[in-house]
Amino acid sequence: MTTIEIHQKLQEAFGDAVGPLGEPKVDAFAVVKGDRIVEICAWLKKAPGIEIDFLQDLTAVDWPKRNVIEVVYHLFSFPHRHGIVLKVETDRANPVVHTVEGVWKAANWLEREVYDLFGVTFTGHPDLRRVMLPDDWVGHPLRKDYQEAGGFHGIPNLRENPLVELRRLDLVRIAEHLKANPPPPPPPPAPPPAAAPAAGTPPAPSTPPAAPQA
Amino acid sequence: MSHRDTMDAEMGGDVVFAHTSQLDKIINLARANSLHYLLFGLACCGIELMQFGGPRADADRFGAVFRATPRQADFMIVAGTLTYKMAERLKLLYDQMAEPKYVISMGSCANCGGLFQLAYSVCKGVDKVVPVDVYVPGCPPRPEALTEGLLRLQDLIMRERWKDKRRPPAPRAASGQA
Amino acid sequence: MGYQFAAVLAFAAVAVLLPFGLLAGFKAIRPSFPSADKSLIYECGEKPIGRAWFNFNPRFYLVALVFVIFEVDLALTFPVAVVYKDWVAAGPQFAWVAFTELLLFILILVVGLVWVWAHGDLEWVKKLAMVDDAPDADDERPASRAA
Repeated sequence: MTTIEIHQKLQEAFGDAVGPLGEPKVDAFAVVKGDRIVEICAWLKKAPGIEIDFLQDLTAVDWPKRNVIEVVYHLFSFPHRHGIVLKVETDRANPVVHTVEGVWKAANWLEREVYDLFGVTFTGHPDLRRVMLPDDWVGHPLRKDYQEAGGFHGIPNLRENPLVELRRLDLVRIAEHLKANPPPPPPPPAPPPAAAPAAGTPPAPSTPPAAPQA
Repeated sequence: MSHRDTMDAEMGGDVVFAHTSQLDKIINLARANSLHYLLFGLACCGIELMQFGGPRADADRFGAVFRATPRQADFMIVAGTLTYKMAERLKLLYDQMAEPKYVISMGSCANCGGLFQLAYSVCKGVDKVVPVDVYVPGCPPRPEALTEGLLRLQDLIMRERWKDKRRPPAPRAASGQA
Repeated sequence: MGYQFAAVLAFAAVAVLLPFGLLAGFKAIRPSFPSADKSLIYECGEKPIGRAWFNFNPRFYLVALVFVIFEVDLALTFPVAVVYKDWVAAGPQFAWVAFTELLLFILILVVGLVWVWAHGDLEWVKKLAMVDDAPDADDERPASRAA
């Protein structure tokens, strides 16, 4: 069954709750009403001929200009080798969606990841907490307006350009070395040779020795 | 100042040699030629770390054998990207190693955050958490490059004085001033 | 002939002096800076949770105890077995005495074995008692309940 047919059957079953099929760039998607997502997923899992038994991925996209966070469900069916993508638009100020963990167990960790990175709350989730970041991390990093907190547990998150840093450290080391072994003061300039200068050859310039090579 | 000042002794620069006594020489010889490293392969550099211990660029011929526990390790090769979450464990493992201990930072992620320097969860360099003795650049460095790093570490050790090692290490300044 | 003992003495001296000498020598050389974090139990970098000491199942102790008792039994039977033939050859009453002594000795210990056996202490695999309530949160594993 092609995605278009699945979408048609979905619209027959749920009518208004299912939006039109988006342009099939890679995976054709349909925007679905958030409050009916669990019924839709359960129906898709059981419907004869569709039987979508595999939640390939559950992820989210942050659209600050449209003021939504889209939760994206990539669905696939092993028996029939077909799939569809559903999207649920949630309000960016308070993103809440009901969990589909009852339909596919895989959603458990995938929803935890979306909560971790976007802050989307999944009602009914048995164990909604951060899955990748440390438990006391502040903020949801994949939001477009995320600002780093300046470090974590005292480890700063800024670093000088290593080229600049290493040059600076080298200069510090040279200065310390010079302080420890000060160069000898340059000897006074030698008097020009009193003997008859060699014919034609200019007298040797009596400059102080070159700057200490240290 | 010529650029010789900034290079190591091996490349023709100047390094102050502390006077090492015969006892120092013996101790350093023993320490440098039986360096056991704590396996700390975090990411892709871990693969090259494995090859460093493998047959072609053999680390075992220098006496460097991997240990899985910090209690039996002399130094630690941090190979790969360090995240903030891992950095705390790294610090604890470094603390659990027995003196004298050293750190080789392998690859650009361990040196300065590398490719992932702009990521929110990546620690920008191992030296923000532990003091590093040798930096091995590369992404990933070839096993031969890591062997060179090990040899530099051996040179470092050969120049030590055991009296210096018996003083407790100076407390580190607040991490990562750079 | 006395020189063999000198060799043993030399061996013993080296065996004692070498490890202690090395340990003492290296203790003088090596740096030692213990700290709280350093003495933590190694847990791959994580801070350990809970204690490392927990209640072992008493089955281990019981089996070890029974083993030791019968090991001593055997140790005391071996000398009897070595001289048994001489006693038998010495005459019928000596043979009977030897036999009865040994039998009595073993029977006394068999009584102990029967007691342990009847109590079920020789069973290693115990059946799990069906519990309706949730297992309590301390260190005991559910399998040890039936023990």
